Amino acid sequence: MNHDAILETHEAFGEAIAIADPARIVDLCRYLKTEEKFVRLSAVTAVDWHPAEPRFEIVYQLHSIENNRRLRIKCRLSGDAPEIDSVFEVWRAADWYEREVFDMFGVKFRNHPNLVRILMPVDWEGYPLRKDYPVHGYKYDYSHES
Amino acid sequence: MSRILDDDHVATIPAPAVEPASPSAPRLMTLNMGPQHPSTHGVLRIMLELEGETIRKAVADIGFLHTGIEKECEQKTWQQVVTLTDRVDYLANLSNNLVYALAVEKLLQIEIPPRAQWMRVMLTELSRIQSHLVWLGTHALDIGAMTVFFYCFREREDILRIFEMFSGQRMMTSYIRIGGLALEPPRGWEKRVGTFIRAFGSKVDEYEDLLNSNPIWTRRTKGVGFIPLEEMIDLGVTGPMIRAAGLKWDIRKSEPYSSYEKFDFDVPCFIENDVFARYRVRLVEMRQSARIVTQALEGMPEGAWHADAPHVVLPDREKMKTQMEALIYHFKIVTEGFRVPAGEVYQAVESPRGEIAYYIVSDGTSKPYRVHMRTPSFGNLQALGVMLKDTLIADSIAALGSMDFVLGDTDR
Repeated sequence: MNHDAILETHEAFGEAIAIADPARIVDLCRYLKTEEKFVRLSAVTAVDWHPAEPRFEIVYQLHSIENNRRLRIKCRLSGDAPEIDSVFEVWRAADWYEREVFDMFGVKFRNHPNLVRILMPVDWEGYPLRKDYPVHGYKYDYSHES
Repeated sequence: MSRILDDDHVATIPAPAVEPASPSAPRLMTLNMGPQHPSTHGVLRIMLELEGETIRKAVADIGFLHTGIEKECEQKTWQQVVTLTDRVDYLANLSNNLVYALAVEKLLQIEIPPRAQWMRVMLTELSRIQSHLVWLGTHALDIGAMTVFFYCFREREDILRIFEMFSGQRMMTSYIRIGGLALEPPRGWEKRVGTFIRAFGSKVDEYEDLLNSNPIWTRRTKGVGFIPLEEMIDLGVTGPMIRAAGLKWDIRKSEPYSSYEKFDFDVPCFIENDVFARYRVRLVEMRQSARIVTQALEGMPEGAWHADAPHVVLPDREKMKTQMEALIYHFKIVTEGFRVPAGEVYQAVESPRGEIAYYIVSDGTSKPYRVHMRTPSFGNLQALGVMLKDTLIADSIAALGSMDFVLGDTDR
């Protein structure tokens, strides 16, 4: 595994983790799929490190059935209008996972075929899994209820 | 515009847009299926574009059962989250308990004694049988075979009674906790589990007698619901679906957890890749699970049922009354929970539906910083559009049922 988009690698609890350059994520993923046999994209998710900067971490869980290996790719994005390229053209599994990250964290995926909310209603305001989003939501005030 | 209700409750439905009549372009009709359709087993909405009886496009609309469990996990202490994991996949709650407990134990780096590990294996396998029984019963009911439903739920009831005996709960067991089990295994469990598992093999024979050579069942399931294997892998399909398509991949074998490597069992694999093959995979899995339960019953190690980790596991009632340290630990665990060292883990297990994996991030406090649940139903449902394209609408019921999705698992 040797690709210049990988900025840093380490291992924790026997799991391989690589920090990658968000600008080259599609390149890297295509390389990992074809050369390193990571044929499965198990999940895409995000972690919000608010108020730290870079605020968001996009996490890709890769799995190679042939080599029985797992790899976690992480890309760090700024909290100000976070955007990253979609990996949909590499694995179609990314479709719903990226929509979920968009829905929950408000991270935009460029070149995604259908980037709309998936779990929340389409007219929902705000991104529920962000750390600055209150657990009861913004819209309703429960303070008058005892 | 047409009126469909009386004057007081006027509801109008817009007239369909008139398409220009063209002899070459097919006339497509959009049909809404769900979210309350009985064959969707929950609240799944599918938009179908039909040309006559043939589905040209199917788009799934999920999220009707979204309850924000991942957000709620961030508000609860580590041990409290176990009760939320039950509610993710309410048919495989022990698999969810197990994957969460394994992930947090990895972060805490505590060793689980063999008895607790074996007990976990035995109960998750019973839970797998129970989940497959619900699938088989309801799927047969969808296709029109009612008897199978009653047979399956008869056996499922026995398993739920065993769960009740262990944990006090039939479905939301929360029995597998961080550090071991919730309670000491009850007196007489060997007899109850043994009686059930000895009789179970003949019960599976009964289901096979009812279905294997049943002409309606075979004609409605054979050759239906095909998805090419490459597309399945690309779309993130896991579990019995992918084993029915010729890929022999089971996380219990490839990445053994909770001492699965000590058990002797086979992984079924069929190449037909249709609804009937998925049915056969699940039947073989039930028999293999019964084998695992029998082995666990015979070789159950003696010893402690929880880890020796007083800062995580609640002390015995007896010790609490006699020892100062036990009382202090009890007070601290109950009032503020325990702290988990900062770090991140990804733990995958094989649930009845496929790969269930939790990605957990800790910032060193007594609550999880982030819990992401990679659920098998969510991954499997992505293949719905591919599976239903260019099939008959009547086959869609059998094809949908064969995916065995749980909407709580999809929407979380």
